[in-house]
Amino acid sequence: MSDAPKTAVAAPSRAAMKKELPEHFKAYMHVWVMVELERGHVHPVSWELMGEARKLADKLGVEVGAAVVGAPGAGTREAAAESFAYGADVVYLVENPILAEYRNESYTRTLTELVNVYKPEILLLGATNLGRDLAGSVATTLLTGLTADCTELAVDADKSLAATRPTFGGSLLCTIYTLNFRPQMATVRPRVMAMPERQEGRVGRVVEHVIDLKEESIITKVLSFLPDRSSQKSNLAYADVVVAGGLGLQGGGNLQLVRALANVLGGEWGCSRPCVQKGWAPAERQIGQTGKTIRPKLYIAAGISGAIQHRVGVEGADLIVAINTDKNAPILDIAHLAVATDAIRFLPALTEAFRARISPHANDRLAG
Amino acid sequence: MHFVVCIKQVPDSAQIRVHPVTNTIMRQGVPTIINPYDLFSLESAMRLRDQHGGEVTVLTMGPPSAEDALRKALTFGADRAVLLTDRFFAGSDTLATSFALAQAIRKISEAWGAPDIVFAGKQTIDGDTAQVGPGIARRLDLNQLTYISKIVGVDLAAGAIKLERRAEGGTQVLSSALPCLVTMLEGSAEIRRGSFADALRAARAEIVTWSAADAGITDLLKCGLRGSPTVVKRVFAPSPRAEKAAQIEIKPRSRDTADALIDALFDAKPAMAAELERLAAGV
Repeated sequence: MSDAPKTAVAAPSRAAMKKELPEHFKAYMHVWVMVELERGHVHPVSWELMGEARKLADKLGVEVGAAVVGAPGAGTREAAAESFAYGADVVYLVENPILAEYRNESYTRTLTELVNVYKPEILLLGATNLGRDLAGSVATTLLTGLTADCTELAVDADKSLAATRPTFGGSLLCTIYTLNFRPQMATVRPRVMAMPERQEGRVGRVVEHVIDLKEESIITKVLSFLPDRSSQKSNLAYADVVVAGGLGLQGGGNLQLVRALANVLGGEWGCSRPCVQKGWAPAERQIGQTGKTIRPKLYIAAGISGAIQHRVGVEGADLIVAINTDKNAPILDIAHLAVATDAIRFLPALTEAFRARISPHANDRLAG
Repeated sequence: MHFVVCIKQVPDSAQIRVHPVTNTIMRQGVPTIINPYDLFSLESAMRLRDQHGGEVTVLTMGPPSAEDALRKALTFGADRAVLLTDRFFAGSDTLATSFALAQAIRKISEAWGAPDIVFAGKQTIDGDTAQVGPGIARRLDLNQLTYISKIVGVDLAAGAIKLERRAEGGTQVLSSALPCLVTMLEGSAEIRRGSFADALRAARAEIVTWSAADAGITDLLKCGLRGSPTVVKRVFAPSPRAEKAAQIEIKPRSRDTADALIDALFDAKPAMAAELERLAAGV
């Protein structure tokens, strides 16, 4: 249940809620990011969080710690070095062959042990499948508070973490505190926070931690890993240009118009939630609060009215173009440019116009 | 086999409105539904039951009116329904919720046998946290298997399960011993239409209703607001942007309107033209 946002419960006054932090929590210091490393690849959300951790740590006057966990080898070492480049002061490094593939048990035990030994006051994870799976387990093991899918993290006057998240599909925002427990845990979805500048040559301290894990004691076995076929792969969350369609397209077949424009622009395509619910497109193409959050340089929304749950997923875009017959559609509250016309008729013309203006050499390339 | 499926009654989020002055959710008249993500888990449990025999127990925590969600689950074909309801649970965050549900599952085990698999929804559509499933797994010390796209099979003799899990960039094929906790991915198993016989049975079925005491929960400090480490301090509506979108003039020919839009785009962001050239060239 809350899960159930506690809007119905009268929040007690802040003074009444805040008790003196129990003595054994006073040693908890520093802001940590769990670096999400899978098969030698760090999820970019970890660096986005590192940027946020840096800001919080500077406000608190503490260090940024990176928990880097993986199999012994170059990939894990490289993730440690990259953590410094993105703002970490200290890397807490655990290398163990059992940690080669993500499994809940081994990772929960590792991260819980790191927290208990080195005592961070704030612990941030990506709201990815891995991060959400791990955060829920670690928070329950530590019996501390965890706020999911935050869109804003701040430190208030008494140094508590103020974690703001949308609720009820983005209709409301609520700011949540974990006042009397440590660490204060939060997850953030990919692309919600901006990617910080990478600082080449920045270095820090490495704390190597040895953990006693036995393969026999881990119940889950990874039998194999089936990589997605390249045709299924989408880089929607991280694309520079995104074109998306909504119910205004009037049928799944017309999503082809969206794909064609995205193709000409070298971008990715997506859709609003109702399109997925109608079976026009697979769930991984859904953009919005319950789908992908995007931050492209250009976002074109065709036939999308812009329910709040869609808007919160796209408002980080640099430039938003709305194509919608309704001049009062809510998407216009966040769009920069609007064309009040039927997307089905307009998209082919726009695709042609872009083709003519931005890729004059397209034919040469095909011929060559 | 025994399966316990944790479900939640949620307001149909498509129909939620926020009161413009008080910023509170206007719940009145908003229909409630079973959290849609829970249905994939319920169906997965029923398919395993149909294949291997056994029973499906659905469990929810909520107000007395959450009985409707349980009865609905019975019409789909669940065998038994348990409602955990008590004012002590009011204001529970995910940690307090997982405490109460875990206790109820212990009580269910005593009454009808320990579950081989506990199912939960991937997340809810109102809270969206995805934390209660993992919370229950930890509290019951069950192996946790989330984002499952497919249950490949159960080997009862070996007490093992094989499944596919959605991971970054691909699918993990996993095996685990039973018992375990599973959350199913959307689209993994579409809920069946219940049979007429199930509908009749559901209408007459007794919903097992437990208070905190009935479920053997004695430590009320772990329940509700008092058992919740998180505190909601402020609830507010997102602030709208000041300026509205600039309208592009509609010309008789769509192509001319398109060119006008591209002009406006390059005016607003002069670097955009070069950027698009680069992307279109695939570099």
